[in-house]
Amino acid sequence: MNQTEKRIAYYPGCSVTGTAVEFDQSTRALCTALGIELVEIPDWNCCGSTPAHSYDPLLGAALAGRNLALAEEMGFHVVMTPCPSCLKALKGALREYEEKQHAFLNILQMPFSGQIRAISVLQLLYEDIGPETIREQIRYRLTNKVVVPYYGCLLSRPPEFARFDDPENPISMDELLQAMGASVPEFPYKTECCGAAYGVTQNHIVGKMTGRILDMARRLGAAAVAVACPLCQQNLDLRQSQVNRYWHTTFQMPVVYITQLLGFALGIDPKKLGIDKLFVSADDLFKETSEPLENQTESTSA
Amino acid sequence: MRIGVFICKCGTNIAATVDTEAVARKALEYPDVVYATDYMYTCSEPGQDEIQQAIEEHDLQGVVVAACSPRMHEVTFRRAVEKAGLNRYMFEQANIREHCSWISKDTEANTRKAIDLVRMSVEKLRFNHPLFSSQVPINKRVLVIGGGISGIQAALDCAEGGLDVVMVERESTIGGKMAKLDKTFPTIDCSACILGPKMVDVAQHENIHLYAYSEIESVSGYMGNFKVDIRKKATYVDWDACTGCGLCTEKCPAKKSFDGFNEGLDTTTAINISFPQAIPKRAKIDPKYCWYLTKEKCKICQKICPVDAIRFDMKDETVVEEVGAIIVATGFDLVDHSVYGEYGGGHYPDVITGLQFERLVSASGPYEGHIIRPSDGKEPKNIVFIACVGSRDPSIGRPYCSGICCMYIAKQAILARDHIPDSNCYVFYIDIRAPGKNYEEFVRRAQEDYGVQYIRGRVGKIYPQGEHLIVQGIDTLLGIQVEVEADLVVLATGVAASVGAKELAEKLRISYDEYGFYMESHPKLRPVETNTAGVFLAGVCQGPKDIPASVAQGSAAAAKTQILFSRDTIETDPQIAKVNERMCIGCGKCIDVCPFGSIQWKTLRDGSQKAEVLDTVCQGCGLCNATCPPKAIQLQHCTDDQILAEIEVLCAGERHG
Repeated sequence: MNQTEKRIAYYPGCSVTGTAVEFDQSTRALCTALGIELVEIPDWNCCGSTPAHSYDPLLGAALAGRNLALAEEMGFHVVMTPCPSCLKALKGALREYEEKQHAFLNILQMPFSGQIRAISVLQLLYEDIGPETIREQIRYRLTNKVVVPYYGCLLSRPPEFARFDDPENPISMDELLQAMGASVPEFPYKTECCGAAYGVTQNHIVGKMTGRILDMARRLGAAAVAVACPLCQQNLDLRQSQVNRYWHTTFQMPVVYITQLLGFALGIDPKKLGIDKLFVSADDLFKETSEPLENQTESTSA
Repeated sequence: MRIGVFICKCGTNIAATVDTEAVARKALEYPDVVYATDYMYTCSEPGQDEIQQAIEEHDLQGVVVAACSPRMHEVTFRRAVEKAGLNRYMFEQANIREHCSWISKDTEANTRKAIDLVRMSVEKLRFNHPLFSSQVPINKRVLVIGGGISGIQAALDCAEGGLDVVMVERESTIGGKMAKLDKTFPTIDCSACILGPKMVDVAQHENIHLYAYSEIESVSGYMGNFKVDIRKKATYVDWDACTGCGLCTEKCPAKKSFDGFNEGLDTTTAINISFPQAIPKRAKIDPKYCWYLTKEKCKICQKICPVDAIRFDMKDETVVEEVGAIIVATGFDLVDHSVYGEYGGGHYPDVITGLQFERLVSASGPYEGHIIRPSDGKEPKNIVFIACVGSRDPSIGRPYCSGICCMYIAKQAILARDHIPDSNCYVFYIDIRAPGKNYEEFVRRAQEDYGVQYIRGRVGKIYPQGEHLIVQGIDTLLGIQVEVEADLVVLATGVAASVGAKELAEKLRISYDEYGFYMESHPKLRPVETNTAGVFLAGVCQGPKDIPASVAQGSAAAAKTQILFSRDTIETDPQIAKVNERMCIGCGKCIDVCPFGSIQWKTLRDGSQKAEVLDTVCQGCGLCNATCPPKAIQLQHCTDDQILAEIEVLCAGERHG
């Protein structure tokens, strides 16, 4: 059904232009390597995040919908965004359009057909490209490396309009990691809450919650946690020292984007993937353990 | 024709939004109408008296009642006019309640519509003719579909009353879900001990003929005279010869066959007998696992069978049975809990269904009544029961309460505490539904006497940790998150319609709801009847219910059958197709379209071919009427002339208001 479009619209959102710039870098580098051209939507605006839809769902939907309308106008059939929160806003806009077409268009004041698909970068990798294609294309295997996938709350939810993966037990990142040769244990906390925006106002909550997630990853012998959400990454990585203070632990768990891992596996220079932006160093992961497929002695960094 | 029109107010049901007096006044202007009035409750005894008096006083030849749906009271009014000496088909009912007063609050518009509806009914009545029923004999045999407790009860009650019973069971043994249970609530008596004798009665009763391992292929005919094709599935064993000795099951090498009776907790042999008390106690071969049927080698059972009963070349066989009534007691299946990713999606061996727990704890189950974990055979110390898995959950499309789970987990927790006294049992519940006799007391006993810990809240996640399962949930009474380190988790899996329920409903021409449960004729007053005459319901196929209710329905369906069979004949419905031979051109199109095969060729003396309707087979659907090019075939009481008359007054008549 989902034919891979070679040229798709790209909606970065605010996170990946700021705190999660490495997610943006690695997403762009990865898509280039996979032969997918990302065209940033010109004059894209805020997706509305949490405040917009809390204030007025319809108004919030139209705000996010403007980005979709812009992409449609340029003739795109797919909009991809790395940020799950933006994704929820975009998918939410499509649903609001389905249900209240007239009111939605009244606010939007732009031509819009609602035919465009909004997907996450994870959805692009899993549904449009697929683990099998990934398996064929990788150059470095993450052999013997235990990586646990952490999805957080929004990638497959709310199920009514996320329409991606199993909302309670998602497996898309599991399969992608397996395709890279990583050893992927069943991670029971894959959708547990990371504390989300409480990191700003009450960070002991985040300390408590992410601590449990990191602890579970450690107990499963993980060398790294793979994520696909800027906020999850921030809470698990940037705030890891806060977690250690809260729990009196000494976690040094790399928390990397699936796009970084996959980019590396495809042979992209780790520097172009923003590895240096991670707070907990993942250098070991990207250097030592990975074996090149074709030439066992070839250096992993160009 | 002299016509009387009676407008019912139905209390305020109609009168609140229809000016019934105005409708009656208007009706007096129509041709042939000589009397019109409105009345508070036309269906009441004084209301019917008024109709009868008016017929007498005004010498009426036809009556129109504008009231509720004819589904509700057509029979009542037909009987009333018949008592006053009219033919019952000289009556028409206009529906001004469901189709009018209940729809809109606009009195003016409603009144206008009611006037139109009455106008149409009057016009149709002007073309009505007296019609007369004939009598056909009733075949006093009854078919019971399903051999669970409900079907067994129905079959035994019918057989005891002297009726011939044909029972069809899909599985190789009767007993249904109840045969798999260990104990029953709220008395904790042994399920097999109370069901077993009834199963034996079915086998031994001279009036009951049992087709086990058989399914309904097709059903034709009508109340009193159904014809049913029954497909006997190939068992690869000649059941007339088989003695159920079980030698073959001991020697069969294909020991990895799926054991449906034990809910997949164990494996069985390809040739097997479901369980020791099976009725009929006969062996059957599962062709999916049999080495000979899949790989053409083995035949050990054939060599070992002392009575030479193995038939590898056996094919499915269809037999025809003729019956006068059908009792549907097809039961249920469990909701598939693999939709719950948060509970492991069916991948954790120690997360089991309620029915699997029954097999676990049953003395005839795979572990001979010892409660042990399926994964490693260890005795669980912490057992968690989770209520409402697949019930009361709109997110998976099942908003209904399964009704039995609260009780069965209370029972299972009691059994667990009984079997393993040093175990801890936890029950996560939303609400406790225990409305039956002695039910609430039973749940209290589980909590107070057996120390089962009830936690009010849902479970959000189950995941394995080492040998244990971590159950994360919420205690909504304390407002805290709780975590239980469990050894065994039992999901109180809810009730779903039986696999194949919809297909069977279509064969029987009965209706079903969005979940696949069969629709009763009236939710309160006709609980075991369907809208297809002569087809009755019993047990969970109609909706979730416990054993006492299923048994009660089985008996109720049997009583309904006895009532039907208390007469020797039934009246045929004269509202059927009729051929005007002078107009028939013998094209045969009606024969092609008739879904019931009720039209055949007839050769007149001059040798010409005409269509002929078999009165007893015709169902009055009207397809032939619509198809016939010269309109020679007409559905009585709904002829073209009558329909056109209605349309004509509706379209060409004056506009009111």
